[in-house]
Amino acid sequence: MKSLGAGIALAASFAALPLLTTRNDLLNLCVQIFLAVILAQSWNLLGGYAGQINLGHAAFFGLGALVTRTLWVGGTPLIVALFPGALVAMLFGLIIGVPAFRLRGAYFAIGTLGLAEILRITIGNLLPEISTIRASELASYNTLPRYYLTLALAVLSVATVALLVPSRVGLGIRAVREDEAAAEASGVSALRHKLLALALSTALAGLAGGAFAYYHVSYYPQHTFSPVWTFDAVLMSFIGGVGTVHGPVLGALFYVILREVLAVRWVEFHLIIFGVLFMLVVLFFPGGLIEAWQRVRRLIARSS
Amino acid sequence: MILTQQLILGLLVGGLYGLAAAGLSLTFGVLRVLNVAHGELLMLGGYGTFWLFTLWHIDPFLSLLGVAPAMFALGLLLYAALFRFVVKAHEELRIKNSLLIGFGLTLVLHALAIRLWSADERSVTPAYAGAVFRLGPFAVPLLRLSSLVFAFAILAALHLYLAKTRWGRAIRATAEDWEAAALMGIPVGRTYLLAFALGTALAGIAGGLVSISYSISPSIGMEWTLKALIVVVLSGLGSLFGSFAGGILLGLAEAMSVVFLGGPYREVVGLILFIVVLVVRPQGLFGARA
Repeated sequence: MKSLGAGIALAASFAALPLLTTRNDLLNLCVQIFLAVILAQSWNLLGGYAGQINLGHAAFFGLGALVTRTLWVGGTPLIVALFPGALVAMLFGLIIGVPAFRLRGAYFAIGTLGLAEILRITIGNLLPEISTIRASELASYNTLPRYYLTLALAVLSVATVALLVPSRVGLGIRAVREDEAAAEASGVSALRHKLLALALSTALAGLAGGAFAYYHVSYYPQHTFSPVWTFDAVLMSFIGGVGTVHGPVLGALFYVILREVLAVRWVEFHLIIFGVLFMLVVLFFPGGLIEAWQRVRRLIARSS
Repeated sequence: MILTQQLILGLLVGGLYGLAAAGLSLTFGVLRVLNVAHGELLMLGGYGTFWLFTLWHIDPFLSLLGVAPAMFALGLLLYAALFRFVVKAHEELRIKNSLLIGFGLTLVLHALAIRLWSADERSVTPAYAGAVFRLGPFAVPLLRLSSLVFAFAILAALHLYLAKTRWGRAIRATAEDWEAAALMGIPVGRTYLLAFALGTALAGIAGGLVSISYSISPSIGMEWTLKALIVVVLSGLGSLFGSFAGGILLGLAEAMSVVFLGGPYREVVGLILFIVVLVVRPQGLFGARA
């Protein structure tokens, strides 16, 4: 309950921010953070709660971006165009999910990585031209609707995970992560729960892609399929705290802000720092920043 | 005509795929550690050869005598700093954690290489770089042919090492069943260390050969990791020559796809093969686990 209140307060203060400032750089930074939250949280749903390391997350982000962008540039209102993007990403997820979930652990990870690369290369060959929004859209480009759209989607993704986790289905998903055989023995269908987590995760990734397509004026379609999106999502989830509701949000905040600060002087340097931090988290702090923070709090509580 | 020429080139590059895969297969087979930074280690080896040639004009094939031990040492270091902690877990968690650690290592090595050496594509060009061996109407680039022969020789030497020496036998025993090996008095920890360093050295040698016959840049890592993974999945674990054959098979498949589908889809064919084999036969085409 306390965290629900904190979440609402945080979302409300972000919603009020454009009333207080018109600084575009600040709003753009927030859009980056919101996009990162959606991406990280969508990965976390499958990777953290269902325990399936998806290294092909970029494929779903890319599909969402591709479909939404094509429809939107073609004249469909954005709000309408977002749904087919999410749907296509989800359907693709379900189609590959059935064979992919036959693969255990690492094989699922490298299988999804391979699949995303197939899509990336194919899209790069089929659509080599840069995609730019219409001139009329460009003239009236405004950051504010992008800001609210990405904020709303970030809230949606956090709320989805927060509502799912304590539910019966969420319990089933976590049971499958802990021990598939034991879950099956208790009447929890492993495949069905993994597919459900995959469907939600890929639909959210598709929405993130759609928001990206709406936000960026011009980009190469292949870029949205780049493994970078997967890598970012994995880093943010783990560094923040994988398998928790707040972890990926905290991870996204930390990641985007540090990246922007470092980019002023050293491009690419953030990856060295985050790569090292990530390895430390995997080896020594499986709970990420959230767990580290809780440990610090407990220490303070004990000493006072 | 074109097909045969392409198949010759495919065969030549396939040997390097095989060598890259052999290192990955060794660490995966022995430690049950899936190091997805294998391609980045290969990239580092490539830069080793490149700089030795560019700065001191050391013959690229000769430079491997320096690159291989240096990469072996790097392997020792990486094992001691990172993978030592990973192998403590039980098998499923071990593979998952090694995948994540390898992934972190990938990011760090890639970003470091860009900072240190820029994102430019580089290759080694000794005086004999353009030499071509004529086989009837077909051209066989001499450098690539030497690389293939060299790759095969390295694998043969490693095979002898694993078959005949004390430590080689320790490695094979550990790959088969580490608990039984430990009971027989084999120091499993040190065997892991050795196998990991050998795998890293193999990646380094493969990278050196890539910089000689093809080109390198900081971002080739992922492509080579995927090639090595494809070959490992195609040929299964536990046989060095199986990896070599699998590599050549992949090279030939790519060559056919260049002729029939066009160059841009070259990478896709291997990946599709990879996914089909993963789903249909997770134990690999050529079967036998270590």
